Amino acid sequence: MRSSVPPPGGSELSNGRAIKAVRLRHPVRNIFAAIIVVFVVAFVYDAALRPAFNWPAVGKYIFDRRISEAAVNTLQLTVYSMVIAIALGVVLAVMRLSPNPVFKSISWFYLWIFRGTPVYVQLTFWGLLSVIYPMINLGLPFLNPFITLPTGDALNVFQLAIIGLALNEAAYLAEIVRAGILSVDRGQDEASTALGMTWAQTMWRIIIPQSMRVIIPPIGNEVISMLKTTSLVTAVPYSFDLFTRSRDISAETFNTIPLFLVASLWYLAFTSILMIGQYFLEKRFARGVGAAPPEKRITITTGIVPVVGAAEEDPEAQPSDGRRGGTP
Amino acid sequence: MNDVLMVDADRVSKSFGSNQVLKGISLTVKRGEVMCLVGPSGSGKSTFLRCINHLETVDAGRLRVDGILVGYREKDQILHELKPREAALQRRDIGMVFQRFNLFPHMTALENIIEAPMRVKKTSKAKAVERARELLARIGLADKADSYPAHLSGGQQQRVAIARALAMDPKLMLFDEPTSALDPELVGEVLDAMKKLAQEGMTMIVVTHEMGFAREVADSLVFMDGGVVVESGDPRQVLTNPQHERTRSFLSKVL
Repeated sequence: MRSSVPPPGGSELSNGRAIKAVRLRHPVRNIFAAIIVVFVVAFVYDAALRPAFNWPAVGKYIFDRRISEAAVNTLQLTVYSMVIAIALGVVLAVMRLSPNPVFKSISWFYLWIFRGTPVYVQLTFWGLLSVIYPMINLGLPFLNPFITLPTGDALNVFQLAIIGLALNEAAYLAEIVRAGILSVDRGQDEASTALGMTWAQTMWRIIIPQSMRVIIPPIGNEVISMLKTTSLVTAVPYSFDLFTRSRDISAETFNTIPLFLVASLWYLAFTSILMIGQYFLEKRFARGVGAAPPEKRITITTGIVPVVGAAEEDPEAQPSDGRRGGTP
Repeated sequence: MNDVLMVDADRVSKSFGSNQVLKGISLTVKRGEVMCLVGPSGSGKSTFLRCINHLETVDAGRLRVDGILVGYREKDQILHELKPREAALQRRDIGMVFQRFNLFPHMTALENIIEAPMRVKKTSKAKAVERARELLARIGLADKADSYPAHLSGGQQQRVAIARALAMDPKLMLFDEPTSALDPELVGEVLDAMKKLAQEGMTMIVVTHEMGFAREVADSLVFMDGGVVVESGDPRQVLTNPQHERTRSFLSKVL
């Protein structure tokens, strides 16, 4: 009846019987969790009653028209600048890795400048753009420009804020994208080259889609970071983002703490939404890689593997409540 | 004579830095011929194979595929490097199969096969899919069209890789140790697919350690060592009665 070769059907069965084993207990883990719960409850209870937090004021301002409009502005700043930054970041990364030495140098120089100076300083410079370059002229050298525009008319502070945030972020994203591209096996490049695909086709069709799996988690990080970096646009000076608006209101009403709580709650809400989006993006780009067939997947139940041997000793001695009793 | 030669290598040399990997390889492959390249690792077989479709550039000598110089254009006795686009154009008629398959992991078997015909040859999707299904049926993987490479065994992946190369209707197929990364029991299915291809008249150059395949399928066998061709000829003759000491000592280790 018993043989050294396990029966077909996997490790779930031994001698045809399902395993009933005592689950591994984690007493230290439970005690630790209990202590933390006590601390959290105490903190929340205290915070709820602490007058400094002024919860009624939080409730009053959380959906205040000015705040919710500022929240939308912050979201717009984040999304627009991030979209531009990703596009520019990919271009910069591809340039950095291209065989063209001119592209390589341009990309390197861009990164040197934009990573080497604080974003707050960069935003200030963008705010001063119309002072430095009062007129925008479009045309060819030695000819009269086709279009001449005062800089201040062409770009408002909102647009300048987006440009400032995007150009700074692009430098960081370029490095993330470059790391992602380098993570793709060289054989992929060779295979598509051998098929007669051009360098550009290889990049866009083969290399970049595969690098996305590596790129997305850090980009998710950067989006969240960007959401909060938008609070610096006051340097431009743009003053209708969530943080600056909250600060301005609190300066009038002298209730700083509840208004910063309001801003924090909005930032948290947006961050939560972005994290959900990241989850779905990651799933999309895990195609063919994360999806190992069930038989190749590692299961967490591997932790109870030794119990299989115990069960094999005497499968009859398994009381129905799941506890392994003594040998009858 | 020259117009029947699919590959014509004349004293081809290649160095990586100070390391000369190929030291004047001269050999020819006729149309419809199956040639096996054997030799110890580091002998330059794979490098030579990669020179044929210009994955590596040749430093010295001339290498012609189907009468056309690889990687360069000769004008008034002066060689001009080809533009990347022109090099890509040369490669599309040369299929290559790699030791590690190099299937695109983010695409299904079918998508792997239709990618190059659609992007490079601008074949319509319907036509490319039809041809891909035909190729998958030929290698016995019709039911795996929608599987990702990660869900296929090594042997199945390598057969899909062969189908992917064939989808470009190549006039020459290069195999770079196509069975070296496979579990022993999966080697047979890949060799069978290659044998079938040889019987259909495909011109093939196969870098391999499978001497049985060389004996049975190849028209010629070339033994390389240290970047030079040591011995070449009919595989049955070379394998049973090697003329050079180096060939003998290599074969005694692998046979």
